[in-house]
Amino acid sequence: MKWVLVVVMVGATTAGEVLQAAGMRRHGEIHDFRPGAIGRGLAALARNRYVIGGVAAMAISFFAFMKLLSMTDLSFAVPVSAVTYAMETVLAKYLLKERVSGLRWAGAALVICGVTLVSL
Amino acid sequence: MTSETARLRLKTWICTAIVVFSNAFGDFFLKRGLPESAHLTGPLEFIGALFQPWVALGVVLLIVWQMSRMALLSWADLSYVLPVTSVGYVLVALIGKVLLNETITGKRWAGIVLIMAGVALVSGSAPSTVPRAVAPVGGSR
Repeated sequence: MKWVLVVVMVGATTAGEVLQAAGMRRHGEIHDFRPGAIGRGLAALARNRYVIGGVAAMAISFFAFMKLLSMTDLSFAVPVSAVTYAMETVLAKYLLKERVSGLRWAGAALVICGVTLVSL
Repeated sequence: MTSETARLRLKTWICTAIVVFSNAFGDFFLKRGLPESAHLTGPLEFIGALFQPWVALGVVLLIVWQMSRMALLSWADLSYVLPVTSVGYVLVALIGKVLLNETITGKRWAGIVLIMAGVALVSGSAPSTVPRAVAPVGGSR
């Protein structure tokens, strides 16, 4: 049961975050942080298909995470979700067309090793 | 470093700090509000749990987390945001130790050191490698 929840959470998180990043890229850099502008920005995002898909996937991931937290330690539940790093970095390169430099691959690899150690 | 890169870097760091703290404390309050004995079996119980005060505070912080993270992603690469915001794992481990009395083993400490090294490596690189979005400022497609 614990591992089923982990799989659901990891799949939903990966899909959600890549969709969210794609949606925000299309929205463009946010410059204005005044409340009115944030309101207008949210209204625009509510019509952004990538963002809507991302939010739906993240809602699934959130409830799986809540259920997992009720069964395990915080310091197990959080680190185990870091499997998403590997998948998301690869998707960032091929789907989002980001230039993932050697430095970034090295950093991502260190983070993945670190998070795996933390969750063992 | 041009003033444009400096501006983007400062903005990125402030936003990253908000993302990291709201995430770590959001998770902490969620855990605090959900005891091991909670039986989350039906959808109604999930909804009900949202109204426990500590859980509600956790949820508010997690909303702040998502909004600040979306703002960050509007200008920074996903492959930059992911490793840099992972400093939150370190914060969560420390919060677990100090406030929830969870133990941090030698392995976990080693993991924390590796995460910090990875974050340090990536945070030095430019936040964005993708050409600016073609959409006008404040606009959306």
